[in-house]
Amino acid sequence: MSIAAAIPSVGKARPLKVPPVTDRTLRNGLRVIAVKRSSVPRAELRLRIPAGLIYDTGDGARARLLPDTMLAGTRDRSSVEIARELQRLGASLAASADDDDLIVHAGVLAQNLKPLLALVAETLTQPAFAADEVTVARDRIAQEIIIRRSQPSAIASDALDARVYGRHRYGRGLPTPEAVRRIGAGPLRTYHAQHIAPRGSSLVIVGDVSPEKAADLAEEMLVPWRVKTTAASPAKPPAPPTGLPVLIVDRPGAVQTNIRMAGRWKKRGAPDFYALAMAHNVFGGYFSSRLVKNIREDKGYTYSPGSAIDHRRLCSTFIVAADVGTDVTGPSLLEIRYELGRMTLLPVSQEELDAGRRYLAGVTMLSTQTQSGLASYIDSITAAGLGIDYLRDFRANLEKVTPDDVLRVAAEYLSPRNLLTVMVGDVSAIKRSVEALEPVEVTTAL
Amino acid sequence: MFVAVYYDVGFRSEPKGRTGFAHLFEHLMFQGSATLEKGMHDSLVTGNGGILNGSTRNDFTNYFDMMPSNALEIALFLEADRMRAVRLTSENLQNQVDVVKEEILVNVKNQPYGGFPWLYLPMALFTTFPNAHDAYGDFADLDAATLEDAADFFDRYYPPSNAVLAIAGEVDPDDAAAIIERHFGSIEERPAPPPVDASEPVPSAERRVVHPDPNAPQPAVAIAYRVPDPIAEFDDYCAAVLLSSILIDGEASRLYQRLVKTGRLASHVSGDVGLVAGTFEVRGPSMLHLAAWYPGTPDPDRILAAIDEEVSRVADGVDAEELDRFRSSYIADYLGSVDALSQRGMLIAAFEQQRANAELINEIPSALARVQADDVARMARAWLQPHSRAVLDVHPGANA
Repeated sequence: MSIAAAIPSVGKARPLKVPPVTDRTLRNGLRVIAVKRSSVPRAELRLRIPAGLIYDTGDGARARLLPDTMLAGTRDRSSVEIARELQRLGASLAASADDDDLIVHAGVLAQNLKPLLALVAETLTQPAFAADEVTVARDRIAQEIIIRRSQPSAIASDALDARVYGRHRYGRGLPTPEAVRRIGAGPLRTYHAQHIAPRGSSLVIVGDVSPEKAADLAEEMLVPWRVKTTAASPAKPPAPPTGLPVLIVDRPGAVQTNIRMAGRWKKRGAPDFYALAMAHNVFGGYFSSRLVKNIREDKGYTYSPGSAIDHRRLCSTFIVAADVGTDVTGPSLLEIRYELGRMTLLPVSQEELDAGRRYLAGVTMLSTQTQSGLASYIDSITAAGLGIDYLRDFRANLEKVTPDDVLRVAAEYLSPRNLLTVMVGDVSAIKRSVEALEPVEVTTAL
Repeated sequence: MFVAVYYDVGFRSEPKGRTGFAHLFEHLMFQGSATLEKGMHDSLVTGNGGILNGSTRNDFTNYFDMMPSNALEIALFLEADRMRAVRLTSENLQNQVDVVKEEILVNVKNQPYGGFPWLYLPMALFTTFPNAHDAYGDFADLDAATLEDAADFFDRYYPPSNAVLAIAGEVDPDDAAAIIERHFGSIEERPAPPPVDASEPVPSAERRVVHPDPNAPQPAVAIAYRVPDPIAEFDDYCAAVLLSSILIDGEASRLYQRLVKTGRLASHVSGDVGLVAGTFEVRGPSMLHLAAWYPGTPDPDRILAAIDEEVSRVADGVDAEELDRFRSSYIADYLGSVDALSQRGMLIAAFEQQRANAELINEIPSALARVQADDVARMARAWLQPHSRAVLDVHPGANA
């Protein structure tokens, strides 16, 4: 029996069941998107408010501190009372900020959705910013920033952002620990009043609740949230520069080098986005991609190399990442450039393309199978200005992509000359080998 | 649809001189079989819309595939195929030794707080080789691994009699049973290895280990206590789980309030009952562990003194209302976690393998509901004594 004969065939893929969506904009301007998913007796919520670090016209400390301090007590309840109420409801409530948004993540036993929404409304409209809570939060966040700055992957990510976005606020990174420790309750109150507003924000609810009822509850509980923002939208960043030397951030004694490359990309759903998605996928988007096969499974230079797309509100960026042994830094760069060049000059095979798109369609389906996964997915496409039809049509749109399409877009977007490169590693050990391939610029700190 | 195969072999099965071998061998199981070339297993899963991985833990090594349900037979074929005969070549062995070393560099040696506390804390709490060796592996041991070791390991630990297969998702059980029979039924029968005896006495004196971390910018401390046996003393183990919640789980917890909020001794605390495998997916000795990160110079004693005070308060008695809140929160989180098919599949596999009780997945909430406030206080008195704990004292910086 031949091997091919032994491998079972795969049945026809079942069509993706796209759930009915209730999509409503409340009188106060908040958009509410609710979907039923009854797999467990819970509900998941994602509230996204455009109040991230790029809206902070100062050093970013207020935007970074706001999510933690906003949930740490209201006019009527201390932080520990909130924590106890959440336990009674079988709920979790946390908030974070990225460059674009402040995002509130919550989960709750479905029967307690209403009291949870009441609590969320309370934190949005009546945060206390008590002095002791602000102090605890800023010490914790300052400590997190200190620890983050010691992580080589974070150093690489910050250096890359600075190189890609330059003086735009996307390139600024996190505030310093000192800036965080300087912020008192006053500036937080002001920032909250300016930016925490329903218009432009979205709330996603996925769970064992009828979508109409979930939206009704959101309406009932959140309509008292009435604020008009005065904040201006930040300008788009310029396209990433090209033609710069490889930037090496020195990390003396490092046993690995964190290699990162980046270039511009298209937003989700834009023309050529699906062809680009396939180019990224075949190049480095999953375990069976060319990059992983080459520098991990053939050469053993690295544990988990790959490419990724960083979708932000104002632009999208293509990123290649590989953490490689110090002694194989030059050879790794050579292989990464070889694989990029191959994508740029030669067509992908039909087989590779078909496997890649089945993977991408399959994992998209798998990632939306839990309440939490579906809530996060809907939240992210909502942030990108897309509706549920993006999910529904995703597979069909991938299927239209041809090898010629991939070659055409790869020639531009994956060309090594259109990507910039940053490394974090031991300059004394890696500079010579990198320099053999590319001009190098060295920095000792960010 | 999710398929998992759990082999009853983990860190605790490794022989002396071969630390890290169970994990290295997990990598080799992805390097091809007698019938499939290297890379084909991966591409048959991913190219049909799925994801795959494996992990090595204290008491098991698992392999799993999450795929669209029309691909069930492919997943089962692939798992049967490598169970029947793995492909072992010196080239693949050398390649994966290199990859595993890079994995250890990225996760541990080039990373601030790498391996803290999950890798180093058991090494401080336990003394016997199965529990206390470096589970990721010494580089010299990894380099010393031979093809013969790998062939022996496969022969000994990877027979069908030493494995549990679990499926979760949109699958008809009768159809699945027929497919399983078709692909696994003909695999050669071999005896399962004898179980590992990892039992060891509870420490009689505090064990303190200074852990220098050249990458870390700030000190940290981790503390571990032994707990009742997760299987033989399951009810008490559940009480210890809720004890850990009351002490460490979230902002309402005693130690968050004491160490972070009022005492300002630490910026972060976290902790749980269990090993890196999880809370309930462990067979042998387990632990209650917590970690705290704090600024300044290393000085764990103030933190330890505060912990001892809080533990003795809990040991004096816990309020039923407080216990109920932590329990509700734990159960709600548990329900959230089993929403994922992967988590359902993994729990039923581990529970069947270690306890012959896959149904435990549905019984965890009721087991927790049986815990009384007195049980929690009793656990604190019996197990959380300073003289029976281990302390891992992280000294940061290049001069640590």
